[in-house]
Amino acid sequence: MSALIVRSIGPACAIQDLGRPGFLANGLTRGGASDPTALYEGAALLRHAPEMAALEMAGMGGTFEATADMRIALTGANMTATIDGDPAHWNASHLLPKGAILAIGAARRGTFGYLHVGGGFDTPLYLGTRGSHLSAGLGQLIAVDDRLNALPDSGTETGLHLIPEPRLDGGTIRVVPSVQTNKFADETRARFEATKFRRDPRGNRQGMRMDFDGDGFHASGQLNIVSEIVVPGDIQITGDGTPFVLMHECQTTGGYPRIGTVLPADLSKVSQAPIGGTLQFEFLTFDQAATIQARANTSLANMRRVVKPLVRDPATMQDLLSYQLISGAISATTKDEG
Amino acid sequence: MTANTPSHDDWPQIKTVGLAGILVTFSPVLSEPANRAAIAFRAAVKDQGWTEIEESNSTLVSAFFRIDLAAHRPEPLVERLRDMLGTQNWLDAPLPDGRTLWRVPTLFGTDRAPQLQEAADMAGRSVNEAITDLSTTTMRALTIGFAPGQPYLGTLPDHWEIPRLSQITPRVPAGALVTAVRQFCLFPYDTPTGWRHVGQTGFLSFRPWADEPFVLRAGDEMIFDPVSETEFAKIEASVKDGLGGAQREAIP
Repeated sequence: MSALIVRSIGPACAIQDLGRPGFLANGLTRGGASDPTALYEGAALLRHAPEMAALEMAGMGGTFEATADMRIALTGANMTATIDGDPAHWNASHLLPKGAILAIGAARRGTFGYLHVGGGFDTPLYLGTRGSHLSAGLGQLIAVDDRLNALPDSGTETGLHLIPEPRLDGGTIRVVPSVQTNKFADETRARFEATKFRRDPRGNRQGMRMDFDGDGFHASGQLNIVSEIVVPGDIQITGDGTPFVLMHECQTTGGYPRIGTVLPADLSKVSQAPIGGTLQFEFLTFDQAATIQARANTSLANMRRVVKPLVRDPATMQDLLSYQLISGAISATTKDEG
Repeated sequence: MTANTPSHDDWPQIKTVGLAGILVTFSPVLSEPANRAAIAFRAAVKDQGWTEIEESNSTLVSAFFRIDLAAHRPEPLVERLRDMLGTQNWLDAPLPDGRTLWRVPTLFGTDRAPQLQEAADMAGRSVNEAITDLSTTTMRALTIGFAPGQPYLGTLPDHWEIPRLSQITPRVPAGALVTAVRQFCLFPYDTPTGWRHVGQTGFLSFRPWADEPFVLRAGDEMIFDPVSETEFAKIEASVKDGLGGAQREAIP
C-alpha cells in the first residue's frame, strides 16, 4: 500500500474530510475540514470524490516521503512547497515519485492548507468516517514517523491546476438572519455591519474570536436565553459583547445569543483569514442567502470544470503569474506534466 | 422546572436556523412540559421520514430539523410542521416509547467528588440529606448535547436551584456528576466546568471505541445509586467497558 511517511510536521496537522453528519442528537457536530472548498478543489485536481480524506495543515505543513509513485494535490492556504527541492505549484496536482521528499512550509496566505493524495488517505475510520474531531477525541494530530496510507488510486493524471475562489484574505462575510437576530436592536445590527473586525489569535476549529474597537454588541434580555441549538457559522455574542464565529467543530448547543449565521459559502473565508486580517459582516435577506448558497453549492459540484492543465504555454504562464505564483517557480512545473 | 408553561399565543414558534434547518420552540423558558413536547414532537416528525430532513434532535425546549435550506424552500416545510403541531397538544404528549432507565453506581463526595459539601450547604441540606436527594430522584435526560453523548439531566427538588460557580473548575474527570440549577451533567471526558462536582461515576456517555458509542438518548432516565469507596474501587478495577457497572432496563 502506498503511503506518505511523515519526516517532520507542523503543530496542528490532522486528517480531515467533509465531516460526520448524523450525530447531532448524540451531541456530536459534523466537524470536518475548516475549508471544505479546498477538499472539493483537491478532489477535482485528482479526479476523485470530494469525500476523500486529506491532510489539513494549520499554519505550517511538514515533510513527507513517498513509499511509491503517488499523485498529490495542494489546496487551501498558500504554503511554500517543494518536491526534492524544486518548487511545486499550489492549487495543482503533481506526481510524487517513489522516494521523493515533499516539503511543505509555512502559510504565506491564509491559514489552513491541504495535502491530498490520489484515492484519498486510508486512515482509521471513527464512527464511519476519517475526519478528525479532536475536541471529541476522534483521531489525533499527525506526528513524526506516522505512516499515512493511501487508498488505491485509479487515476493517473497530474499537472493540473485551478484558480481557487478567492477566500484567503478576509473581506466581506455574508450573514443570514437566524433565530435570535431580532433580539438585537436595529442600531446594534447596523453598528455590527459597519464594524471592521480583526481575526483574533484566539481562534481554533471550534470558534474564531473577532477583535474590534469600540463598544460590545449586546442583545436585549441576553441573560435569559435558554441553551439552544447552535450550528457552524453562528455568530455568538459572549457576555462582554464580543462576537465568536462558531466553526465546524463547535458544540451542539450554546447559551449565548447569536446575532446571525455566516453563509456556509463564506465560512471558509473566516477559517482562512490570517490573524489580524479584516472581516466585515453584511446581512442578507433569507432569500438572497438561499439563492447565493444554492449557486455556491452548484459551483462546488461542478469544480472539475475549472481544472486546467498546468502547461508551459507562455500565454498561460503569463496568466498564472498574475495570480498564482509568488516567486520564480515556473521551471518546476514541467516535470509534473503527466 | 415548573408545571406551568406560558400558554401564550406566540408559542410554539417555528424559525429558520441560518440555512441549516428549522427550529420548533415550545416555550421561552425551560419547563418539564416544553421539554417533553420537544422530545415527543421530534420523535413524531422523525417517524414520518420526511426526505428533506437530514437529521434531527431535541434541545431543552425545541425540536431541530436539519434541512438544506439552499435546496428546499422553508415555507412548505414550516406549513407541514405547523400542521403536525396542530394534531395534538404537545405539552400533554407522552414521552416516546423505547426509553431506557440506567442505574449508575456513584461515589458521592470524598476527595473524588470534592464539591458535595459546598453544594449541600448551598441547598441547605446535610451531606447525608444531599446524598439522599441526589440518589433517589429519577433524573431524565432533557437533552444530549454540548459534548458528545453528554446528558443534561432534570430535575432535582426546588432547593437544588443553586447557581453555577463564579470561578470555573479547570478540570473534572470523565464520569464526573456535577450539579447546578436543579440539573445534573455527566461528562464523557475530562473537562472544565462551572457546575459543582458532587459525585463520581465510571459511566462514560461517549465511548468512541465501543460498538454502541452513544448509550443515552434524550428522554432516558437515570438513577445514581450511592456506593461506598470500597465498592467504587472494586468497580473501577473490574469494569472496563466504560459503563462503570451501570445497569439498564427498558422503561415500559
